[in-house]
Amino acid sequence: MNEVGHLVVVGASLAGLRAVEAARRTGFAGRITLIGAEDHLPYDRPPLSKAFLEEAGVPIPTFRDEKVLRDELGVRLMLGAPATRLDTDGRAVVVGDRTVAYDAVVLATGASARELPGGRDLAGVHTLRTLDDAVAIRAALDSGARTVVIGAGFIGSEVAAAARRRGLEVVVVEAAATPLVRAVGEPMGEVCAALHRRHGTEMRCGVGVTGLDGAGQVERVLLSDGSALPADLVVVGVGAVPATGWLAGSGLLLDDGVVCDETLFTGVAGVYAAGDVARWHNPMFDRPMRPEHWTSAAEQGAVAARNALEPDAATPYSTVPYFWSDWYGSRIQFVGIPGADEVRVVDGDVRSDGRLVALYREGDRLVGALTLDAPAHVMKYRGLIMRGASWRDGLAFAAERRSGAAARPVSRDLDTDAIVDR
Amino acid sequence: MRIIVDRTRCTGLGMCESVAPDVFEVNDDGELELRTATVPEGRLAEVEQAVACCPNEALRLAP
Ligand SMILES: Cc1cc2nc3c(=O)[nH]c(=O)nc-3n(C[C@H](O)[C@H](O)[C@H](O)COP(=O)(O)OP(=O)(O)OC[C@H]3O[C@@H](n4cnc5c(N)ncnc54)[C@H](O)[C@@H]3O)c2cc1C
Ligand code: SF4
Repeated sequence: MNEVGHLVVVGASLAGLRAVEAARRTGFAGRITLIGAEDHLPYDRPPLSKAFLEEAGVPIPTFRDEKVLRDELGVRLMLGAPATRLDTDGRAVVVGDRTVAYDAVVLATGASARELPGGRDLAGVHTLRTLDDAVAIRAALDSGARTVVIGAGFIGSEVAAAARRRGLEVVVVEAAATPLVRAVGEPMGEVCAALHRRHGTEMRCGVGVTGLDGAGQVERVLLSDGSALPADLVVVGVGAVPATGWLAGSGLLLDDGVVCDETLFTGVAGVYAAGDVARWHNPMFDRPMRPEHWTSAAEQGAVAARNALEPDAATPYSTVPYFWSDWYGSRIQFVGIPGADEVRVVDGDVRSDGRLVALYREGDRLVGALTLDAPAHVMKYRGLIMRGASWRDGLAFAAERRSGAAARPVSRDLDTDAIVDR
Repeated sequence: MRIIVDRTRCTGLGMCESVAPDVFEVNDDGELELRTATVPEGRLAEVEQAVACCPNEALRLAP
């Protein structure tokens, strides 16, 4: 096995940064080059739809300053330099007219926001994926924009919550009858929609957007039911697509992401992938996944780098996916997988604010848990899922937590076991 | 071994708790509490794994 002399990481964000840090932590003393399309140093995305939007002046959530990257981590930075091609035969990353040879490469180009057709033509219409997007959206909120969010996913929902917090009028338009069905399942999507309504955000579910209208600047959002919503700011939150365009013709298997085995290996010598761009086989649930979650991206970055440097000692990345989202001062946390046979509310009341815990069953296994404002509960379920707990174990644990909790009104417990079959 | 939490980095996500629940616990306010200040007998590997999995690198072990 040849020693790796030069590790190249493409994508200078969370997964890419963690790859670089892990490489150094394992004692790798060779050269590292970090190639990123954006001009910015690696920064953290989750705050962009949360604290960053709440008021002007919240600082940019940069992970490390340039000195740390260059001097402490010994990284050669190529920023504002989108890779244009991967030459797997010649073992090189092509960046426009420059060629960067690698011994091992970690692909961490993440995802980009899906756009509405024609959306780019009007001012005031934004997706939210990058710092530049967030800066533009924040400026519009600062000027008191009437806001329409297209797509009631997590990012769109967080933008709506941030706009409401400033007292602005917000409408969320969602094509599906219930939001977030793919992310958390139907019953819990309903709970999330109710959270919006309770905080004064208007929800228009089951209607499509047929067009955006305005002279230069967006003025109206046209809906499939014939109505129109006045708008100064339109935030399009209709999902993200893995940034694999530059990998066309590389010989890598691309299928909604870079397809990897359980060690994040692409099957092509020296090439590993991590983060939102990677669709890897997760041994924990024995299926391929591309979760688009912060935690997976961070952990995969580290695993991919270690495996790229020492392929003979490669370790699998097995995980119970986890994400969180903050709306209206509430924290939604989800562990596991949502495509379940049954979702059961085991604590709290779906109709009111306050703590809520729901469990997800697949066959006779506990596969997921969603909590609302129950930070002390969620990781206990993650632990159970990680240890392969049965559905019965999950329910027993929930019952124990409930009875162990401080005395709560009986009326609340009555509907806590509402079964929602799908 | 002592367990050290860098409060400026910890965001109470609780990944550590899912790995070593008898050592780490996020409370109802979303803050991390240590259930023991030092690594319990025979549990070093588990705690090391918890330290490694903190996405914010907020945990450290010190002699
Ligand atoms: C607004 C927002 C809020 C979020 N909130 C949460 C949350 O609350 N909880 C949660 O779990 N997750 C959240 N996420 C998801 C989380 O941020 C992502 O999972 C994470 O950023 C993925 O990291 P990554 O490094 O894989 O990809 P990315 O962060 O997408 O980074 C990829 C980088 O690669 C660069 N790149 C792309 N193509 C090229 C190329 N050809 N050459 C060079 N560089 C390239 C991009 O410019 C980008 O900088 C949120 C995401 C967004 C956008
Ligand atoms: S995993 Fe890290 S950030 Fe999360 S609670 Fe533990 S120490 Fe804090």
